[in-house]
Amino acid sequence: MSSVDFTWLIGGPQGSGVESGANIFSKVCAEMGYQIFGKREFYSNIKGEHSYFTVRVADKKINSNVNDVNLMASFDAETIFRHYDEVIYNGGIIYDSELADVKTDSVHTLDAQFKERLHKELESKNKPFTISGVLEIAKENGAKLFPVSFKSILESLSEETENPRLKGLVRMYNVIGVSLSLGLVKMPTGSLQKAIGDIFSRKAEIAKINQQTANYSYNYATVKFENFDHVLSGTQKEPQTILVQGFQGTALGKMACGCRFQPYYPITPASDESVFLESNEILDIMGDRPGSTAVIQTEDEISAMGMTIGGALTGTRSATCTSGPGFALMAEMLGWAGINEVPVVITNYQRSGPSTGLPTRHGQDDLLFSVYAGHGDFPKIVYASGDIEESFYDTGNCFNYTEIFQVPLIHLMDKFMASSVITCKRFDPAKISINRGKLLEKIDDGYRRFEFTDDGISPRSRLGIDNGIFWNTGDESDETGHITEDPILRVKMMDKRMSRLDLILKEIPDDEQVKSFGVEEHTIVSWGSAKGPILDALEMLKKEGISIGFIQLKLLHPFPSDRVNSLLKDVKTIIDIEANHSGQLGKLFKQNTSRDIDYFILKYNGRAMTSTEIYDSLERIIKKKANKREVLMHGA
Amino acid sequence: MALKLADYKTDVHNDWCPGCGDFGIVNAIQMALAEMCIERDKAVMFSGIGCSGKTSHFINTYGVHTLHGRVLTFAQGAKIANPEMTVVAVGGDGDGLGIGAGHFVAAGRRNVDMTYIIFDNGVYGLTKGQASPTLKLGEKTKSLPSPNTNSNVNPIGLAIASGFTFVARGYSYDVRHLKDLIAQAVNHKGLSFLDVLQPCPTYNDLNTRDWYAGADLMDEAQKRHSRIYKLEEHGFEPSVHYNSEVEVNEKLSQALIKSLEWGNKIPTGVFYKNELISPYTQRIKDKIPNYLENPPAKQNISKNGHPNTDISKILDSLEV
Repeated sequence: MSSVDFTWLIGGPQGSGVESGANIFSKVCAEMGYQIFGKREFYSNIKGEHSYFTVRVADKKINSNVNDVNLMASFDAETIFRHYDEVIYNGGIIYDSELADVKTDSVHTLDAQFKERLHKELESKNKPFTISGVLEIAKENGAKLFPVSFKSILESLSEETENPRLKGLVRMYNVIGVSLSLGLVKMPTGSLQKAIGDIFSRKAEIAKINQQTANYSYNYATVKFENFDHVLSGTQKEPQTILVQGFQGTALGKMACGCRFQPYYPITPASDESVFLESNEILDIMGDRPGSTAVIQTEDEISAMGMTIGGALTGTRSATCTSGPGFALMAEMLGWAGINEVPVVITNYQRSGPSTGLPTRHGQDDLLFSVYAGHGDFPKIVYASGDIEESFYDTGNCFNYTEIFQVPLIHLMDKFMASSVITCKRFDPAKISINRGKLLEKIDDGYRRFEFTDDGISPRSRLGIDNGIFWNTGDESDETGHITEDPILRVKMMDKRMSRLDLILKEIPDDEQVKSFGVEEHTIVSWGSAKGPILDALEMLKKEGISIGFIQLKLLHPFPSDRVNSLLKDVKTIIDIEANHSGQLGKLFKQNTSRDIDYFILKYNGRAMTSTEIYDSLERIIKKKANKREVLMHGA
Repeated sequence: MALKLADYKTDVHNDWCPGCGDFGIVNAIQMALAEMCIERDKAVMFSGIGCSGKTSHFINTYGVHTLHGRVLTFAQGAKIANPEMTVVAVGGDGDGLGIGAGHFVAAGRRNVDMTYIIFDNGVYGLTKGQASPTLKLGEKTKSLPSPNTNSNVNPIGLAIASGFTFVARGYSYDVRHLKDLIAQAVNHKGLSFLDVLQPCPTYNDLNTRDWYAGADLMDEAQKRHSRIYKLEEHGFEPSVHYNSEVEVNEKLSQALIKSLEWGNKIPTGVFYKNELISPYTQRIKDKIPNYLENPPAKQNISKNGHPNTDISKILDSLEV
């Protein structure tokens, strides 16, 4: 049996249902047993600009997108102009035949830079600047074209169901596109009806219309479209599989591990996590009355951080969630949490900087800023998850670390993960442990919050506990928390706090610091969401008999130098892969290990890495044909 | 065990300048806490940065000396996570109305049940006397190189416009009156604001103790006419009694008009009080019914070292 590895792309103007179309498609494929890796790309815009979703479907575990598209479903002209060249030989393009004569100049959302490149390409191939022009090229590339009039589908359906309203319902175009696609690949139709029913479960009337439209379009494709090379007829479903969106990993992790307070300020791509937490604010507690998470929308990120610290002082597991610009505003408060030894988690869904940068696009831009954020020397933890499944369990660990070591913790996530939809094994909360460190339940007399202890960590009181009175200050303080400027006490206090860094490296298990996927002569060092495309690229190389090692750094500060050095001691060529301009991990790596990075594979065009392009660069490295700095460019 | 005034004092050395108005405020806070018999470990003082920021170190309750301009953010976070605490936040006028003005306005909209006291002296004392947001346009205090080029903000007016539901002004040299105002503010159900006129003897040579006492307004009989007067002694009725738009608007308007009074007559006392606006904790309770009995700080989150939270319903909905 040949294996399935199929990529489907749907595109359209923002607000036209691209995302719900992709959700239906993903859900159907997942229900039919396939593994899914989907990713959404969108402009910083509410309505009208181009947005698209790429869903990769396979019958084995996949961790990334690839460059090639096997089937594109488009219901507007822009999607065809922007993506026609991604569809490969024997792939297909389903498009609205009414659009054939549309000229590039009449699509106002095509920006000048893109249009110039497209015109050059069309000119060189002697094609008109129209949809027909680009489709001719696609055809020459070996793609099959499936023209269909979306308008007439709605008209016929309207007549058949005697529902005149349907005729003009252009917002059904997404469902038409999805259903035509599923019909073309011969996906069993029952799952499509079920998925639509699930997604519109609260709106029976809308569900019905969508199901009728889906049914009609699906049948249309099976009857009218010629045979297509790709068939998705279903496969053995893995038990306990969930279809999960990026931000749900950390959100569910927070619910499970007892984070009960999350102030936040809206920012893309982080707010989805807070909104999800608030949507599920009342929590089921085993054998007890319901619990809850207080999710507070604040006036700015400074306030979000201040409230989070205030909550943490009451002994509540507290977190905030933000992206680079918001995190920049929190930096002063991070130092306050540092000097006062307050456990807080800041979940940072990074995006492309600097400044507003590419606000809805991907970038692993904040590593060095996270490591150095805040003035003065104070201990903190910077921890990065590599995929959505990991982020659930890591969130649990992050809250343990921040409470055990009483240092603020920055949990690095990113836009790639936030806007991915994947299948993975159902999260298991029982695998999360809860360790609150030296948090006190009861205090007798003589309490001092910053008491010197053997391990440098003081027992922690909380606001409101009897006999637990303490003082905090952003000034240097004595053991009770009152201001001091005594030079000797200052040194003792600094040493006490900073000793935490060694303790963190000593106490956190090796595998939670750095995860090794095997070490070879050529070995990759990387962090965060680059993990998925790297794993898939390594799999591709393995099929050609090429083995490359990979270590994923999860603990980035304090830097696990000993662990990294021992893993890499026999490695000849070190390759750093990350989604930023300067190779930020590479810099940290060199600073902490005194070793040089031999090759950088970097991407900073705002789009997530694909396994294809990493594979290409790695192959060039093996063949000694690579640049020292390989810059990846894929993505519309 | 009955608590005495002395129980609310710490033995931390107080390094404010001799004659500083801040002493009166700290004393009044301690007196109010003692009078209300508030348990020391159920109260927390949050403070900002500057001379007034040291206040939390002098009071023997939980004390959190925060960052410049940000005191309200910390304080609200603590109160929301543990609504059983009595929360008082203090800070200077530069802290609360300059760098922290955004938080001031946002706090008014939330109406968290706590108290905010501004030590209002017209200058940034600890940085050597620059103009603060309450100093008037054209005024030149001692260390200013030239007269103030900014207009002043009206703290009472801003509080009223922002939605604070208890708005009052005190004077730091009338400690008894101030103590009463603090007690009323703390007892108020909602966010209370207290603007305390507090002469800075070192850097504000305009709004001095003598100036407030009206030393310059002596009549022929050599009798002083204090600028400070008490609203309650002049029949001013600040409270909203009915939830009617007409009454609310009337009380807000009269408070705003009173807040503009300055110069030879300066009102103190309660300008506005409205307990018919829901406190923020009530607004959370409307969404989360058991929030007040089981707030974030009281929730048990684990059993035998593992989560006791059951997220299986959400996971079921994600399962394919």
